[in-house]
Amino acid sequence: MNEPESNVAPPKGEPHGFQDLSGTNVGDIVFKTVLILGALLIPVLLGFLVWELVDGSRLAIQEYGLGFLTSSTWDPVAEEFGALPLIFGTLLSSLLALLIAVPLSLGVAVFLTEFAPARIRSPIAFLLELLAAIPSVVYGLWGIFVLIPFLRATIFPFLQGTLGFLPFFSGPIYGPSMLAAAVILAIMVMPYIMSVSREVLLAVPASQREAAIALGATRWEAVTTAVIPSARSGIIGAIILGLGRALGETMAVTMVIGNTHELAASLFAPGYTMAAVVANEFTEASTDIHFAALTYVALALFVVTLAVNAFARLLVWRVTQKASGSGGGR
Amino acid sequence: MSDTKQIARRSGFSLMASLVLLGCGGAGGGDGAGANAVTSLTGAGATFPYPIYSKWFDAYARETGVEVNYQSIGSGGGVRQFTAETVDFGATDGPMTDEEIAGVQGNVVHLPTVLGAVVLTYNLPSLGDHPLRLDAATIADIFLGRITKWNDPRLVALNPGTDLPNQDLIVVHRSDGSGTTFVFVDYLAKVSTDWQEQVGVGKSVNWPVGLGGKGNEGVTQQVSQLDGTIGYVELVYAVSNSLRVAEVQNAAGQFVTPSLEAVTAAAAGVSMGPDTDFRVSITNATGEASYPIASYTWLLVHADNPDVSKAQAIQSFLRWILTPEAQAMATDLGYAPLPESVATLARTRIASLLGGGQALK
Repeated sequence: MNEPESNVAPPKGEPHGFQDLSGTNVGDIVFKTVLILGALLIPVLLGFLVWELVDGSRLAIQEYGLGFLTSSTWDPVAEEFGALPLIFGTLLSSLLALLIAVPLSLGVAVFLTEFAPARIRSPIAFLLELLAAIPSVVYGLWGIFVLIPFLRATIFPFLQGTLGFLPFFSGPIYGPSMLAAAVILAIMVMPYIMSVSREVLLAVPASQREAAIALGATRWEAVTTAVIPSARSGIIGAIILGLGRALGETMAVTMVIGNTHELAASLFAPGYTMAAVVANEFTEASTDIHFAALTYVALALFVVTLAVNAFARLLVWRVTQKASGSGGGR
Repeated sequence: MSDTKQIARRSGFSLMASLVLLGCGGAGGGDGAGANAVTSLTGAGATFPYPIYSKWFDAYARETGVEVNYQSIGSGGGVRQFTAETVDFGATDGPMTDEEIAGVQGNVVHLPTVLGAVVLTYNLPSLGDHPLRLDAATIADIFLGRITKWNDPRLVALNPGTDLPNQDLIVVHRSDGSGTTFVFVDYLAKVSTDWQEQVGVGKSVNWPVGLGGKGNEGVTQQVSQLDGTIGYVELVYAVSNSLRVAEVQNAAGQFVTPSLEAVTAAAAGVSMGPDTDFRVSITNATGEASYPIASYTWLLVHADNPDVSKAQAIQSFLRWILTPEAQAMATDLGYAPLPESVATLARTRIASLLGGGQALK
């Protein structure tokens, strides 16, 4: 009689026991609390950050208002500040960097997942990921000593010779320039885009490829019609990650961009970015309004980054919607 | 694959953990030292004198056991932290303004420690071994963007017997806020009313022309890589990197090669009264041997420190800095020592520092 009873008891007690476990087990409560606190910490930190930025830039916001974002004078002595060339420089250098980095890193990712002999895949991926571990000041120094002399001696004159009729490639060539900053940034964001897209491409089920090939597709067609479309949202995510990195990069950029508050059409002209001006002038900003203006720039950078990320999220969301829509149609 | 990820994650965590531990250790040590006022002092500020300051602090700790923690966060930060009372002393390359002094109720003394100078470095291979000669008005017009060619008649007149090319003159300046910039534009504002009106004086200014390089090294790199450039850097940096520097005509009409002696001479050329507050600019100084683009760098201390034991520790430390031995260390590192007249005045001022409203023993 005992045995049947004990056999019956567990099914009865089990759901009850489960509920007790989740409600009263001390370990679970502690774990849950720690996790909740950890999760809350991030929004709280972000809140503090925003509050600190707004509070620090209050003086400049009162003084210049939104005109700060459209004015291009930066004169700490006369206490006139405007961030337009900085915003322009940040966006342009990052977008140019993506223009260079995206095709390259996607190419590498596709090559490594689809075409490369298995033996060399891991070593190459490893080496590329190593690029992400190099400190940005080292990139900056490399930019000054190696990249800029190289660009000035070969690439820039070539671009000017062939495309010099375009305003982007006209004007004197100094070396430190918007384009040099974009090239450095491209090298810096490549490992992120490459490595994430590679993971995403690896996650595409082999059956996708096999199906495409079985239908008579070449490997190239299999990649472009079956693999990349199903990895699209992940790849866009990878690009966004790279963009975020490019927008915020400070040290390497300031070392090669020429640091001039000017709006120039030519990519050979020096420029400036928001992160760079904060890093350059923050330590020696002795007047309150200069300090506030720099904090305002930081706030603007925060907002720009947020806006770009929001836009990117929207893009990912739309792409996934479309993809799942067409998937359902099939 | 998942194994390597796992390992990467784990090592990431342990790295973070050890960083956190390091951070705690550092902060804990700092706090502990801060509580014990007599054996440790904290300071923050200028980066330009950091090499000599760290050498002094090291030697002083060995001699007396008093540790001095100095963070070279920049002059602006030094003034800020001194005003906020988060450090025992500040350090700056540009003196505090009257408003800033009012912000600490006038309870601050500027004490000069060593001298620095700014030199013009250039890249013009066709000049050969001839040093470039410049006068005040020409330098101002170069940096105002009015002289744009190396064969400008004014440059040719200043450099007879040289072959100045018909080449673009490219200006390079500092992009980061800097005491070096402050000294240089202070000089330009003194010698050129146009500079004073159009640009003014500050640690960052709105440059009319030129490329911005970050730090002395950034300016030097751009100058050394690009023909036809001219920029300005600290004397110490130019000497240690053997840069080509221009001779500058001083207020007495002499062309002077920048050197430690010429800088000390400039300081001696600007006299201070016994009641000076040491906030003296020595750019464009008189005297035959004076190099005109030079400046003091200062430590900021309280005139009357409510903490008597700390006031005493600071006083003995300041006395030590002005001993001939300590000043000789400065020369070894390429800083110009104070002229004797100024050192004497500074010693007198140090002796009259107060602690808790009372004269210090």
